Amino acid sequence: MAKLTLDDLRKLRESKSNEMERRNVDGKDISVIIGMGTCGIAAGAKKTFDTFVEALAGKPELKTVVIRQTGCMGLCYAEPTVEVVMPGMPTVIYGNVGPEVARKIVQEHLLNRRLVGDHVFDKPAADIVKSRSK
Amino acid sequence: MHLTLCDYLTDVVQNAVEAGAGRVTVEVCEDRDAVEVAVVDNGKGMDAGTLKKAFDPFYSEPGKHPGRRVGLGLPFLRQAVDQTGGELKVESTPGAGTALRFRFPAAHADTPPAGDWAATLVGLMGLPGNFELAVTRRCGARGYAVARGELIEALGGLDTAETLSLARQYLQGREDELKE
Repeated sequence: MAKLTLDDLRKLRESKSNEMERRNVDGKDISVIIGMGTCGIAAGAKKTFDTFVEALAGKPELKTVVIRQTGCMGLCYAEPTVEVVMPGMPTVIYGNVGPEVARKIVQEHLLNRRLVGDHVFDKPAADIVKSRSK
Repeated sequence: MHLTLCDYLTDVVQNAVEAGAGRVTVEVCEDRDAVEVAVVDNGKGMDAGTLKKAFDPFYSEPGKHPGRRVGLGLPFLRQAVDQTGGELKVESTPGAGTALRFRFPAAHADTPPAGDWAATLVGLMGLPGNFELAVTRRCGARGYAVARGELIEALGGLDTAETLSLARQYLQGREDELKE
């Protein structure tokens, strides 16, 4: 992996923003929200977060997907949990999202617009609902 | 129970951010003898009674997680430190902030593995909120410092896959320099 400086990051930002303006990238309305409470961390949510960053950054059409972290979603038994908000798709909370499932969510939900049925939990996260209503 | 030192660090930094801190400083020093971590924030702090309860696994700050009656972050950390013969100190002042320091002996068999520092720091930098996070990493005689604000200034944000990926690449480079 090439070593980057802060100046390199600034130059990359400029070139990428020009590129995004040209391509009118989709994805900027899509959010992937990862539960990073103590329960999530203990269940491996940091690896899930890292997998989403890697998998989404590797897809030109999904580079601008927003990746957020939140606290416990109240589904500690199903950690790591991930909520996906995407126009044209139902808002879904996925549970037991390890790296393999994270890559499947990127491929199926975000690219093919199909739910990953085995991991859907439909209860909305109370703290997310609260933050959205502000 | 957490698996790595990075998991414990993530948990306590998240606590600091959730405590309303505008500035959090993190120092992680590794040498042959030990790994030492300090997390200092200027959040709302705790009085002596609350600080004592923070180590009770069946206590969670009222209102932080409605309907939940456990808070496992600090109890996990204390348990791990105690079983390895390490040290944990927390000082807190209401209205001024909290300073938490812990140390794990490198040679103890139960000291957790370090984990992925670059990935962890990207996750911490990407936590939601308007706060500064200044991180200093030292490994023997080598070290580096990085601040959330300078990464956000350079990348224009830290919330998309692309910006987080670039930040990770940058931090991995700094971590590689520590181990060269």
